[in-house]
Amino acid sequence: MEKLYKFLKYTFIILWTVFIVAPFLWAISTSFKDFQSVNSKVTYIPWLDFEPTLEGWRVLVKSPARGGVDIVEPYFNSLFVTCTASLISIVLGTLAAYALSRFTFKAGFVRNNDITFFFISQRIMPPIVLSIPFFIFLSTIGLLDSLIGLVVVYIVLLMPIAVWIMVDFFNRVPKELDETALIDGCNPYQAFYKVVLPNSIPGLIVAGMFCIIFGWIDFFFAFILTFTEVQLLPVKVVALNSSITPWWSLSASALISVAPLIIVAFIVERYLSKGNLSGALK
Amino acid sequence: MNLIGENITYKPDDQFHLNDVSFNFKKGNLYTILGRTLSGKTTFLKTIAGLLNPDSGNLSFEDNDFIKIPVWERNVAMVYQQFINYPHLNVYENIIFPLKQRKISEDQIKKDVEEALKTVGLVGFENRKIQELSGGQQQRVALARSLAKKAKILLLDEPLVNLDYKLREQLREEFKRIFTQGLSEDTILIYSTTDPQEVMELNGEVIVLDEGKVLQRGPAKEIFENPRTLKVAEISNDPPMNILKGEKNSEKLSFENIIIKSPSHFKNLSDQSYNFGIRASEIKLDNQGEEFEIELAEISGSETLLHLKKGESKVIALIEEVMNFKIHEKVKIKFNENKLYAFDQNEELVSSPYGVSHG
Repeated sequence: MEKLYKFLKYTFIILWTVFIVAPFLWAISTSFKDFQSVNSKVTYIPWLDFEPTLEGWRVLVKSPARGGVDIVEPYFNSLFVTCTASLISIVLGTLAAYALSRFTFKAGFVRNNDITFFFISQRIMPPIVLSIPFFIFLSTIGLLDSLIGLVVVYIVLLMPIAVWIMVDFFNRVPKELDETALIDGCNPYQAFYKVVLPNSIPGLIVAGMFCIIFGWIDFFFAFILTFTEVQLLPVKVVALNSSITPWWSLSASALISVAPLIIVAFIVERYLSKGNLSGALK
Repeated sequence: MNLIGENITYKPDDQFHLNDVSFNFKKGNLYTILGRTLSGKTTFLKTIAGLLNPDSGNLSFEDNDFIKIPVWERNVAMVYQQFINYPHLNVYENIIFPLKQRKISEDQIKKDVEEALKTVGLVGFENRKIQELSGGQQQRVALARSLAKKAKILLLDEPLVNLDYKLREQLREEFKRIFTQGLSEDTILIYSTTDPQEVMELNGEVIVLDEGKVLQRGPAKEIFENPRTLKVAEISNDPPMNILKGEKNSEKLSFENIIIKSPSHFKNLSDQSYNFGIRASEIKLDNQGEEFEIELAEISGSETLLHLKKGESKVIALIEEVMNFKIHEKVKIKFNENKLYAFDQNEELVSSPYGVSHG
């Protein structure tokens, strides 16, 4: 019984790993192919099956004038917009969440839960509903087709995630912890950054991860709110797809698109796997 | 120079958490707040700490209006019933946290921490993480943190309630030692608890709190001997004092068809209806006694608690040995009439075995 269980467990893990890793292997292999190797017959292994070439990768850095699609600038645009928006969302979202978790607000019929729901409701609507207001808003203040405009829009999209996760996290941190800090001579700001914040790192990591992921993979708003001046990576990758699907450069761009997320995943992996998330505070 | 509260009322919703509470706490003394769960003990302590602001009333300490001083400048220390420490810091860092906030010199901090660790018996645990400690040890760290601070007001909010029986006994003993030796003459110590035994052992000045109202105050001995009302008698005894509705008729007391001799300390009472009170420990098994039916028998430690019933009356008897009883079994018990209390129809004490000093 024990052995059967072990066998089934590892079989499942191996199958799952293959399921996850196979597309990556396919993409890596394809990114080194050319038109000939993709369209002739089924090939997998470089040098044996086909002659590897860097053409797929070169297209990504060549200027359009020379028949390439320069994704270097969109790549850094995407990095800038995602990181800036995530950082601002986390900072503002954490402060808002702490206030919502610890203080009681009353304004007419509005209470803390209503405010929290207001944040979350931003994400309940389908994005297309927000697109026209965003477009009009950005064009009115003259930030259409600009990095700053995108950062503003992404903060609106990401901050609800940060608030949502952090409110839930702070609600599980005993109020007595803050009170003890106050009694021990901290003013409310010191109590927040000397005691509450250091004990909230797991929550901050999760919130940060979600913000980065949702920011990085957004195509819709990046597509609608930019034209020529500024382009983000997801839009540029789609633009690669012309009359003939260039599988080689698509694979290459897909790989470098997911690279930042994989790096983030490896960095936070030790926090996630050790069970540190729930164990830090009882 | 004392901690003085005048008519403090706190009523955040429709219920009173504190109802017209006044007190005058002197330095170098131990005060215990005795009350059931939700009686307002924590609110009381939090008000003194400054975590809550009363709706009305005054609070002053050393002739300063305490209500105007924010928590972080009040120099109080508080130990919660939940073991609250800073989880991201180790034991040593936890204890120096309040000292660092107050910018005390490094040498002094080192001395104070060593002393506090010694007092609570945690020398050698400096580098442990809080999560690695047992509940009792965590509570010791919290206590050490408040001791090292040398605060002028030390608040302990049911510090033993979340510990298991054995540890509670052990820590209670240590608390007594720490409170008598380890505290300076400058400190006001306020200790809240639901446990009458703790109050008696700590032997301080007692304030009995119920529904936010002070029912009685006085030395522990006085509360034990002369509980002013029925309510106080219930709160300050564990198991609660047995109450039997009955009548006095010249030399006889009668309740539930039981007639016993009226004790000598009742001789000045007029003949009328009373609530007679008797402690569980003053009811003994006796073959000459009255027959009661056993509803429940609990064994705790080396004692047996018998929940007995006769007619409408229910009493709890404390037998000082471990005995096995069957439920619904009949036993004969005798009341020690010399330890009877009498409360009038307004539930106020009119006669006690120790002589009434008020009322």
